Amino acid sequence: MTQLSLIGVSKIFGNSTVVDNVSLTVEPGKVHVLLGENGAGKSTIIKMMSGIYQPDKGHIEIDGKEVKIPNVDAARKFGIAVIHQELNMVSQLSIMENLFLGHLPTKGGFLDRKTMRRKAEAALKLIGLDEDVSTPMSDLGVARQQMVEIAKALMQDASLLILDEPTAALTGKECRQLFQIMDRLKSKGVGMVFISHHLDEIARVGDVVSVLRDGKYIDTLPASSPESELVKLMVGRNIEDQYPRKASVLGKTLLEVRNLKSEGRINDVSFCVKAGEVVGLAGLVGAGRTEVLRAIFGADSYDSGTIVVDGQTLGKQSIASSIAAGLGLVPEDRRDQGLILEASVADNLGLATMIPTSKFGLVDRKGQKDHEEETAQKLRIRMAGIDQSAGSLSGGNQQKIVFGKWSMANVKVLLLDEPTRGVDVGARVEIYELINSITANGGAVLMASSDLPEVLGMSDRVLVMSNGSLSGEMPASEATQEKVMSLAVSHMDADGSANNEGEK
Amino acid sequence: MSSTQVKATQMESPSSALDKVKKFASRNGALIGLVILCLVLAFATPAFLTANNILNVGIQAATVAILAFGQTFVIVAAGIDLSVGSVAAVSSMIVAYTGASMGLPAWMTIIVGILAGAVFGGLSGLANAYLKLPSFIATLAMMSVARGLTLVISDGRPITTSGLVNFFGSNLAGIPVPIMMMVIMGIIAAVILNLTSAGRSMYAVGGNMEASRLSGISVHKTQIMVFVLSGVFAAVAGLVIAGRLHSAQPQAATGYEMDAIASVVIGGASLSGGKGRISGTFVGAILLAVIRNGLNILNVSSFWQQVVIGLVIAFAVSFDTLRRQEDAH
Repeated sequence: MTQLSLIGVSKIFGNSTVVDNVSLTVEPGKVHVLLGENGAGKSTIIKMMSGIYQPDKGHIEIDGKEVKIPNVDAARKFGIAVIHQELNMVSQLSIMENLFLGHLPTKGGFLDRKTMRRKAEAALKLIGLDEDVSTPMSDLGVARQQMVEIAKALMQDASLLILDEPTAALTGKECRQLFQIMDRLKSKGVGMVFISHHLDEIARVGDVVSVLRDGKYIDTLPASSPESELVKLMVGRNIEDQYPRKASVLGKTLLEVRNLKSEGRINDVSFCVKAGEVVGLAGLVGAGRTEVLRAIFGADSYDSGTIVVDGQTLGKQSIASSIAAGLGLVPEDRRDQGLILEASVADNLGLATMIPTSKFGLVDRKGQKDHEEETAQKLRIRMAGIDQSAGSLSGGNQQKIVFGKWSMANVKVLLLDEPTRGVDVGARVEIYELINSITANGGAVLMASSDLPEVLGMSDRVLVMSNGSLSGEMPASEATQEKVMSLAVSHMDADGSANNEGEK
Repeated sequence: MSSTQVKATQMESPSSALDKVKKFASRNGALIGLVILCLVLAFATPAFLTANNILNVGIQAATVAILAFGQTFVIVAAGIDLSVGSVAAVSSMIVAYTGASMGLPAWMTIIVGILAGAVFGGLSGLANAYLKLPSFIATLAMMSVARGLTLVISDGRPITTSGLVNFFGSNLAGIPVPIMMMVIMGIIAAVILNLTSAGRSMYAVGGNMEASRLSGISVHKTQIMVFVLSGVFAAVAGLVIAGRLHSAQPQAATGYEMDAIASVVIGGASLSGGKGRISGTFVGAILLAVIRNGLNILNVSSFWQQVVIGLVIAFAVSFDTLRRQEDAH
């Protein structure tokens, strides 16, 4: 079993020290949590552990002996494997082919399917994943794909797993499955490095937690330490209020949704949102929250229903006219749907206003540029310059760009889908402040989120969706996690699967 | 290299000046390659740096450059247009046919030809946007359809063109009209790409189609627009070709789509979309023409020329890819 230690390692890029004299030890059979905001140096540390980067100062020890890990292959030979946030799988191939990718077993030059199947089944059994090994990867959810990736690492005799934000894309149930597997691996003596933005997961799955801030090692504590203490160490200050919602005076109705229906996805949903109000949309993954937001915005078609924005009834399904009416959508997947990663911060900010402000087909370059600079400043987007590519910024700053795009377009109603996914604690509060300023200026916000504390903390009113229908509504002051959860599962079968029959 | 370093260290802020030089060099690899190539040729043979030869290079570059400008719109929007050579041929044939066989006035034949280019391009665009055909397939089909129609219209024989068309291959005040057309079309293309919302939408759609759609940009309109423009530019290139030959040839511009794509790519555009500049495309087209011209002057066989051009494309693109990887770190 592998014990991995970093002894005073530093990593320097140009003038900036990204990791500064960090020492920590990952013990066999223990889960070592790395905690820190984006940019604290976690991913650089992982890259040094896995041979992608070399430390500029200090060294790495394995089982007490100083070693060099010149590349990923060498790391693998030491038994170190990384499970990346973005999965390295070929989705068209089957589970077993993915497990053996790069070293398919052969017999006389031909593929040895029998051996492959037998070994693959054993590997899945080891982690307790119940799937047929010939299932294509594309048929599995993200959670199961991740488990296959873990099985693959173990099959290659990994005894130290580095899990880089494995829960970022998982539902609550899937997280619990992952944690069970991690418990099982712990009992087999596998050491793990675990990174997550969800503080509540640390006590559940971790043994010790090392806190990093601005590349510096701060402290190592037992994982059972109180969350408030961890947050304090992580951001270097007290966060008085994780959810700084400032309620505004409510005005007229800005968004009204009547009898929205979409076959198999949305069952007759009606509600309204007033000026100055944040309405939270809670529910399990797959309950139809994203579908409702996208239908309102005109991104997906729907079968029937009426959408009224500030007294103006929207024609059907045109994003451009939705924007003109005052709607904006911050989509759930910022990298795929919200931003042009290779384009500059300026171009991304101006994306929604470029066409409406153009005259005779010509872009209003000066006006746009001034407005973009002003917006970037107002939103405090941290960047080298407005011409920097959006993809090189941290998650929180990227999200601010998406918000900024709609701020430039002067939207009246902002639809938010998972607004703080992949955003670290400090930047979250800034996003929440943006939400506050929208409602303070008379705007309305409809926010779908899987982060229940966030929904309860930032909403004025909570709508709960279950299986495509609205299953409940309550003021945030009366909402509790228990109440919301019981409504969220209210239209479910006993086995937890969605049931379309017997609904209205 | 060493001389720039020495020069740079003498300046007040040596690192930033050196960085600027480096940055410029790495972002304008094709331009630097072109300058070096011209210097080498100028020293290697006195025949290269003559006014006559330079105009020659310009004329040789013109048709490919015009096709490549149109191609740039498509590639920026993450598509590809294999049909530009065929569309140039069919539209020039339509110009010649409507003049010679249908007796339309010369000015009208030109308008008809350009509209034909727009229609052929637009059909590729419609197939790409609404039938969801990948642009490679849609324009591969159009490449065959347009070339076939050229042969159908002409019955496989050249058709003589009018004096007005021949003007596009002549000289005006000592300057070849093909070069003028190249410059005019280049400016038009640069204005469209940089200053119009349609042009900026091409970058957006090429960079991230879904994010653009969710920001209110009409992806379908943009996709159709780039192919219409590519078709129009191809028709203009067709006019220049016909003007130089005083006739529309059924096999005109065969294989030119490859030179056009190569010019755009050498100029720094990314086939995955969102990147590309008209100035880069222009340099790419000139570079290809200079290589051909230089090898001709040096009496290198045209068989070897193809080998060299292939290597240049491979080198230019791998240089660019490596640079981007470096930038990403």
